[in-house]
Amino acid sequence: MLGRGIIKGFFETARNFCGSYYDRARLTTVQYPEVKMAPWENARTFPFLIYDGQDPIAGLRCTACTICAQECPAHCIEIVKATAKRADYLGKMQLQPKVFNIDIAVCMGCGICAEVCPFDSIKMDQIYDLLATVYDRRQTLDSVKTGQVHDQPGENHSLVLQLKDLAKSNDYFRLLHPTEAAAVDEARAEEQRKAQAKKAAATPPVAPATLATPATSAAAASIAPTMPSAK
Amino acid sequence: MNALDQIFVSTSHWLTGLTPASVQPLVSMALAIAGLMAVFGTCFAVATICERKILGRMQNRFGPNRVGPFGLFQPLADGVKMLIKEDIVPFSADHAVHFLAPLALTVPVWLAFAVLPFGRNMSAIDLDAGILFFFAIGSASELAVFMAGWSSQNKYALLGAMRAIAQMISYEVPLVLASIPVLMAAGSLSLPAIVQAQNGAVMGGLPRWNVFTPWGLAGFGLFMIAAAAESNRCPFDLPEGESELIAGFLTEYSGFKYALFFLGEYLGLFAVTGLAVTLFLGGWQAPAAALEWLPSWCWFAVKFSALIFLFIWVRATLPRLRLDQLLNFAWKFLVPLALVNLVVAVVWWQSGAWRFPGALELRWLFGAGLLAGPYLWLGRALKGGKPAPHQYRYAE
Repeated sequence: MLGRGIIKGFFETARNFCGSYYDRARLTTVQYPEVKMAPWENARTFPFLIYDGQDPIAGLRCTACTICAQECPAHCIEIVKATAKRADYLGKMQLQPKVFNIDIAVCMGCGICAEVCPFDSIKMDQIYDLLATVYDRRQTLDSVKTGQVHDQPGENHSLVLQLKDLAKSNDYFRLLHPTEAAAVDEARAEEQRKAQAKKAAATPPVAPATLATPATSAAAASIAPTMPSAK
Repeated sequence: MNALDQIFVSTSHWLTGLTPASVQPLVSMALAIAGLMAVFGTCFAVATICERKILGRMQNRFGPNRVGPFGLFQPLADGVKMLIKEDIVPFSADHAVHFLAPLALTVPVWLAFAVLPFGRNMSAIDLDAGILFFFAIGSASELAVFMAGWSSQNKYALLGAMRAIAQMISYEVPLVLASIPVLMAAGSLSLPAIVQAQNGAVMGGLPRWNVFTPWGLAGFGLFMIAAAAESNRCPFDLPEGESELIAGFLTEYSGFKYALFFLGEYLGLFAVTGLAVTLFLGGWQAPAAALEWLPSWCWFAVKFSALIFLFIWVRATLPRLRLDQLLNFAWKFLVPLALVNLVVAVVWWQSGAWRFPGALELRWLFGAGLLAGPYLWLGRALKGGKPAPHQYRYAE
């Protein structure tokens, strides 16, 4: 019969209209500022830097190698190396960044920096409403207009994120990306364990000049020549 | 009952009586105009929020719920937004016509309210040719639409205006044809007289409204379809189709002028809905004598709101038509069916003297049969045969 489809359509909309008043599950809209959807585990927005331990600056994993800055397609990362070195988690002496700026007005969130980082230091954040929640819009606009990067301490309204804004704890990373964080933690623990074992093996025993030393020195000697060739 | 029923009329009389006799006609007119503008201006605001809320619910959304409790102040926010927006006029536009077009749309629409009877003794003027006046004024909006499209110096605006005019002219024919049986039944062009003609009840307790006759029911359907097209409502809103024409003749309008177009469109819808209530649903009359304790203007409001809800329901349900479908629908379906409806109406009155048992059923059956045949046949013709299989050519 002509017009049956139209009548069926009317019934469908009427059912929606009545149903949406008593069946809350029909309304799929998330009321954004009050309710926020949990982001997917692999969601990403801007990069951040991971630190271990308590001190955001001393515990930074970043070694200022600038690979991320070179790989960044948008050239939004600016790194100035510090002069002093400090020991990293493996006990190696590494550089540290003095300045690490990411211009999130330019950043496109591609995640290449996180992929190329050999130190698992730079990872992708999931905060998507920075301007609505953290920033004061007027001050942000001013900072964009004046090009001024440095703000009052503890407050950053500039779109250029600095070291103090970027440094976030490993716990935060575990919260965002549990699977990846677990894998990274395990790998780092393994490396650390190996390094300690190597160190323990390389360290001469307490009693010097015993018969046991030739074995270790021989082992050290066997490794030593390979090192330069590996480089 | 009578005091409450006539409260607007008596208030107006009382206020008019306070003024000197020489200005009384003017004051009376001004009061009627002020009342109409206040009521239907408010109606416009309420209709926008209701429409958005109902549309939302029909699509399983919340609808606006931010401004005020349950988003009830949304029309205020919309109004403020519209008023403080920049009024942009294209450099090469015809400035005078561009400025006049929204006015030319809104003013005639307001005039159309003058003849509608909103309650017992409640019509601003009782013209002898009220319905003629209504249709004449209603067709003035085509001029405004073309003014808007032409003066904008924009191809989308011009295309939208041309579409709108093709649509409005096409749908005016079934609109008028569908209301002709009503005029014939009432024997008058005056709208209050048409309401009076639907007074009382027929056998079986049904009120003597035109919609409860075969020709009235069909005419009501045709009238509502044509009314939706006439006021550019979904599913006939393709002159303003954003996906095809940006916004049709509204493309180059912004701010307050855009708001005026919006207002004009809604008021046009209200006016034609009011006319549908008057012609087919018994106007301000209560459905039964027992329900007359509710004032007549309340009954008008109830019927009016129900029809507006119907328009919103249609908008939530039906997708937009293509231009050729739209015009085919008017000329090949609605117009012939409206003509058949005239025959049905004549048969209904000629058989009105039948008194044998089962006469009413027989008359109904006859009317329904007369309409069903053309309905099915025209509908099938409208659908057309199977479309030719489409040949795709791929790049070599």
